[in-house]
Amino acid sequence: MQLVELLASLLLLLSFAMLAQRRIASLVNLFALQGAVLAASTVAVAASAGLHHLYYSAALTLALKVLLLPYFLRRLIARLDLQWDTETLARIPMQMLAGLGLVIFAFGLAQPISRFGHEITRETLGIAIAMVLLSLLMMIGRRKAVSQVVGFLALENGMVFAATTATQGMPMVVEFGIALDVLVGAVILGVFFFQIREQFDSLELRHLETLKED
Amino acid sequence: MELIALLGLPLLGGAALALWGASPRAAELNALFSLATFVAGGALTARVILGGPLVIGNEQFFIDAFNVFLVALTSLVGLTTALFSRPYMRIETDRGHLSPGRLRLYHSMYQLFMFTMLLALTTNNMGILWVALEAATLTTVLLVSLYRTAASLEAAWKYFILCGVGIAQALFGTILLYFAAERLLGASGGALLWTHLDAVKGQLEPTVLAIAFVFLLVGYGTKVGLVPLHNWLPDAHAEGPTPVSAVLSGLLLNVALYAVVRCKILVVGALHSDLPGRMLMGFGLLSVLVAAFFLWRQRDVKRLFAYSSIEHMGIITFAFGMGGPVANFAALLHMTVHSLTKSAIFFAVGHATQKAGTQNMEDIRGLLLRSPTIGWGLMLGSLAILGMPPFGVFASEFLILTTAMREQPWATPILLLALGVAFGAIFRRVQPMVFGEPHARRLPHSPALLPVFAHLLLVLMLGLYIPGQLAAWYRLAAGLIG
Amino acid sequence: MTLSALLTQAAAVVTAAALAPLLVGWVNQCRAWLQNRTAPPLLLPYRTLRKLLHKDAVLAESASPLFRAVPYVVFGCMLVAAGIIPSLGTDLPAGRAADAIALVGLFATARMFMALGAMDVGTAFGSLGARREMLIGFLAEPALLMVLFNVALISGSTAMPVIVDRLVAQGFAVNPSLAFAALAFVMVLLAENARLPIDNPATHLELTMIHEAMVLEYSARHLALIEWAAALKLFNYACLGFAFFLPLGLASEDTGPTALLLGATWLAAKLLLAGAGLALFETLSAKLRVFRAPEFLAMAFMLAVLGLLTRLLFSGGVA
Repeated sequence: MQLVELLASLLLLLSFAMLAQRRIASLVNLFALQGAVLAASTVAVAASAGLHHLYYSAALTLALKVLLLPYFLRRLIARLDLQWDTETLARIPMQMLAGLGLVIFAFGLAQPISRFGHEITRETLGIAIAMVLLSLLMMIGRRKAVSQVVGFLALENGMVFAATTATQGMPMVVEFGIALDVLVGAVILGVFFFQIREQFDSLELRHLETLKED
Repeated sequence: MELIALLGLPLLGGAALALWGASPRAAELNALFSLATFVAGGALTARVILGGPLVIGNEQFFIDAFNVFLVALTSLVGLTTALFSRPYMRIETDRGHLSPGRLRLYHSMYQLFMFTMLLALTTNNMGILWVALEAATLTTVLLVSLYRTAASLEAAWKYFILCGVGIAQALFGTILLYFAAERLLGASGGALLWTHLDAVKGQLEPTVLAIAFVFLLVGYGTKVGLVPLHNWLPDAHAEGPTPVSAVLSGLLLNVALYAVVRCKILVVGALHSDLPGRMLMGFGLLSVLVAAFFLWRQRDVKRLFAYSSIEHMGIITFAFGMGGPVANFAALLHMTVHSLTKSAIFFAVGHATQKAGTQNMEDIRGLLLRSPTIGWGLMLGSLAILGMPPFGVFASEFLILTTAMREQPWATPILLLALGVAFGAIFRRVQPMVFGEPHARRLPHSPALLPVFAHLLLVLMLGLYIPGQLAAWYRLAAGLIG
Repeated sequence: MTLSALLTQAAAVVTAAALAPLLVGWVNQCRAWLQNRTAPPLLLPYRTLRKLLHKDAVLAESASPLFRAVPYVVFGCMLVAAGIIPSLGTDLPAGRAADAIALVGLFATARMFMALGAMDVGTAFGSLGARREMLIGFLAEPALLMVLFNVALISGSTAMPVIVDRLVAQGFAVNPSLAFAALAFVMVLLAENARLPIDNPATHLELTMIHEAMVLEYSARHLALIEWAAALKLFNYACLGFAFFLPLGLASEDTGPTALLLGATWLAAKLLLAGAGLALFETLSAKLRVFRAPEFLAMAFMLAVLGLLTRLLFSGGVA
């Protein structure tokens, strides 16, 4: 239980770290780390609650979020020559404060729900909601395609955390479906990057703001 | 058996067209698979109507009157769109807008999209429902960016990010639903099955379900295109190929709304209050109103009708929000006629834009003189979508309005105002396009007009006379929604 | 008030005053080793202090009496602070009189006088340093307060001896909110003590200075007191960190001189390690631009609040 709490806090911390990280390559590393902590927390819940099917979902997380997707993203970054690309993030302190506000909101939102949860993992739902909201905040603040996608995947991490820890695992078929969707989505986005760059010669999203109401 | 065919055929079609999608006969193959799917859908519909609801496949699939009606509609529109896309995509290829590889992608993704739609409709598992809708996003993203132009890439990116984020909220809602249900149903997999949830909905924890519904409504509502989550919709409609616009408007929005209604049934049962209904009404009214005013500012014909889709989705959402047998009946009817009419309009618009070589309405003129059938198709379709009698849209809107007057009188003026504004906006645009002086070119392939008039005929029929069997079926479905 | 309490109190203040320059010397020596330089003697700070104390003070013509008072006030503040932080034992009579929030007040008073003194003469660098110092302080103080609230929430008191006693009684357990608070505290420590990455204590470039810019006008005994106070501040912060996050070997109430001696040994060991760690960190990191400092401190604040929030979440309290 202590371990789950610690890992949950670590996940939250990593969400904040991603919010403030400027370098895209480091962002991917943080994402991989978050995936690893996620897998660890799933194992911790599985061990303490004696739920065997959670080991599979931990393995799934490990394979997808720690190995496959970061590998894919790193290769993409290398192919697109983005290793040293940084994001110009203004007002990080403001983002931090906004993030704190979101965390308070998330904890408040989770409070009436979480008392119906399991003994071991009762309090982690608030952290899961906070992770989701922080990833959203991160996506709003980003102007580069790659970091928006990392934000999207981090959002997914929040979901998986809610599914595995707070509710102690969804049915396996659903988890596989979700994983498949995420994987396919990431691949499609990877294809997209090349198309966008071919079209605009950069991955700045400000090029993608021409369609407006006129 | 029918179900296996219904789901297997599009999947098989997707695989087959991934191999042969660029061959000269690929369009026919596409239509053939769609036809077979339609036959399977029809057979399934007949079976459910005659034999009552089905729960099959280890309880993973559940078909009742409500979703089988959408299955029938989806497979029908899937078939007619496939017929329409045959000449349309040929013209695009001839004009060099598409390479054979893209055409293969298009055909394959079209079938896979149909598969995700049908899976979303027939599954009994709320988790699979989410997975199918997310997969629908993925397949259509590739279709929206088919032309690889700057604008289409932007539209597809926006579509992916907004819908991806939106639908992630729906996943969270689903997780919360599971969270609440697991206490009652145990972790053995039954806790996400809609039939099981429906059976125990009265005992589900209200607070959890209320919060879950907010997430679900925001998530699936993004896909329905409810204001203020609608930003992706006009772009995706305008920049993708026209058959894709037709299936987005005619099918995807319906299926997303279906998901919302399924969730609403559960949440209303758990909450013992009308909160979900009120939320649906609020979102619906807002969508109707905002879309109606945005209609005035459109120059692109596909954007115009995309906003019209938002408006109509708003009307249907409002009707489902009111609830009760009459409003639900009207909402189901409106879903049907909107889907048919809107896809017919997109078929006509598709050919009209190909003729004019532009989607800008200022440059599309005199359709009636150059190609009377397309002109009439667009004119009649627009009149139908605007709710003119004797088309079916009139009947459903009339029902919705009268119900609103009786049950939610405050909303009626808003609805009437929005409908009036929308009428003016669309009519003033369509009229010169159809009548004015022509300057169009000949199409290299004869356009597919059968789908247009088949749809409009159906809508006309539904406006004049709803067969007793069909009405009974609608009533049954409306009763299920509660 | 027992005799042993008085003994602990006196020992705390005397140890702090005596050992603070040694800590600075140790950090400098470690840093020199890590950077492959010839290390300065460990006792160099003492010699510098002695040298400065024997010199005649030179004052700027425009200096007011305030300018001369500042070193004494600052040094006094730090000495009092040393008296209320449980460094050797928790049986501190002064600790009952002034709690953790008063400690923050003491630090703030010292900072304010430093800034006033720096601006008093009216030189450009002085006021530049003072303004930067106030900026840092303005951001670091809330973070420090949040850290203190964190530990206060866990132990249910703001009196430092009580906090430490309860934390010791709780035993060692991985507590997420304490971990967050510890991280935030280290960041505040770096910022408040003019260490990298906020300020470079070894810099000779006036434009990048913060702390050094403020003391440019001081000489002789005034400078000695200020340097000594700065060393004391670092020492105090280190002891504060040990007390909250590493309360090993602290003598508890009603224990004799042997326990104090044991506490002193522990303290020396911890300072040895912490000094080396600080030197290592400073060797590895680069100075942030001044405009990035708010970011750094916002991070510290965020961490501290996060610790507070997780505490509330996991204890099932209101959030």
